Amino acid sequence: MGWIEKNNRFLTSVAVLMISVILWEISCRILEVRPFILPAPSAVLLEMMDAPDYFARHAGYTLVTTLAGFALAVVLGVLMAIGIVHSVFLDRTLYTLLVALNSVPKVALAPLFVIWMGTGPEPKIAIALMIAIFSIVIDTVLGLRSVDKDMIDMARSARATTMQVLFKIRFPCALASMFAGMKVGISFALIGAIVGEFVAGETGLGHVILLSQGMFDTARAFAAIVILGIMGTILFYSVEAVERILLPWHTSQRVGEQ
Amino acid sequence: MTQQRSYARIHNLNKVYRSRHMDIEALKSIDLDIHEHEFISVLGPSGCGKSTLLKCLAGLEPITSGEIILDGTPVKTPPDNMGIVFQRDILLDWRNILDNVLFITEIRGAKRSDYEGKARALLERFGLKGFERKHPWELSGGMRQRVSICRALLDNPEFLLLDEPFGALDAMTRDDLNLELARLWQETRKTVLFITHSIAEAVFLSTKVIVMSGNPGKIDEILNIELPHPRTLSMRETREFGEYVQHLRGHFTKMGILKEA
Repeated sequence: MGWIEKNNRFLTSVAVLMISVILWEISCRILEVRPFILPAPSAVLLEMMDAPDYFARHAGYTLVTTLAGFALAVVLGVLMAIGIVHSVFLDRTLYTLLVALNSVPKVALAPLFVIWMGTGPEPKIAIALMIAIFSIVIDTVLGLRSVDKDMIDMARSARATTMQVLFKIRFPCALASMFAGMKVGISFALIGAIVGEFVAGETGLGHVILLSQGMFDTARAFAAIVILGIMGTILFYSVEAVERILLPWHTSQRVGEQ
Repeated sequence: MTQQRSYARIHNLNKVYRSRHMDIEALKSIDLDIHEHEFISVLGPSGCGKSTLLKCLAGLEPITSGEIILDGTPVKTPPDNMGIVFQRDILLDWRNILDNVLFITEIRGAKRSDYEGKARALLERFGLKGFERKHPWELSGGMRQRVSICRALLDNPEFLLLDEPFGALDAMTRDDLNLELARLWQETRKTVLFITHSIAEAVFLSTKVIVMSGNPGKIDEILNIELPHPRTLSMRETREFGEYVQHLRGHFTKMGILKEA
């Protein structure tokens, strides 16, 4: 199989993106769209090249808060899910509460976090955590519960302890579902970090967008948005890459390459 | 067959599944003696409670009343000297074949080095040499079920329970594994309880066939199979074999499960 056939999907995506950018550039020029309404891609690129350090600093801040929020969401979310699966009490209280809270538009809570935690990175991490954790808990609970009963019986026939069943059967079984939750969660964590930066603070790409809006510097806002888009995509595929490494049995069946 | 020591005794066993709307009598007044070195098949239609019987005997399902005595002690938790093969192979996809075979002894806390050589030898005996490092999804259905038989055999159990292990396999693979199982029993004379809904399979493998019917699950007949050992596939064309099959089929015709035009 040639390189082109193998990477067909990737190449198609790149081609579609490039064609869109070219069309955007051409329409901006032909229709003479004013730059503060919609800057041409070339102007956005120039803006980025003009101050790479500036964008790198703010992007780095957003990336770190996103990753911190996501990491906390994974640890706390998985612990909560384990508790919920093993305790009827936690299932009735914590799980019910989480599901109820999930229907609240969580962005609306963001200003409160500034009151509680100030304007540093803490409220951003907290908001990222809060938004990302739901899908992780719910999918992990689902994964831990939907284990083949015969598989548990097989382990029980050797008198496996609850811990052995959890770590040797339930957990590996649940990984596929957990990764589905984490892939949603990583994108949500980024949204949470940006919302946090919108609400308060002086660093991060969210802050850059807000600042550019005040100064009608649309090109700068777009530059930040493009960086966010790239960051989000890379984060998502990083989670998927980890999944591929950890779950060869699952991904091999899904992709069906053999 | 000479009379052997009674190995497991099931006495007046009842199993009721209680649900909110009604109780289901899965097993009613089951009495059964299993002697050492017997190969017993439990034959019955779907839902007659034969799998429940196996699960109760394995200590995986609590009984409602009656008693199950295994080797002199009542069964409350899964016994150590028992190996179980389930309907599907239920191999763990994240472990390679060797680690799958070692799973039960690992759970029991045994040292890996004590069993690894044995596991390799078992895999070789079942024609799986060279597959130790492969993963379950790389194997065919028949090979996977062989691995799960190896897993059940690794700790050298005296008592082997098989719950319709070949039901999901194609006819050829099934014949092949039947022969393999017959040979295994011939060599080791383990006590075997084999659940099946195939009449021919039951007659071919067993020293004794238990016929069960459902609603409530009970034993209709216990039939000794006096065919010589070792069994061969060509025996299935003999008159005696045919008579056993015909006799057993009579039960299912009477139950209304098999209807001839």
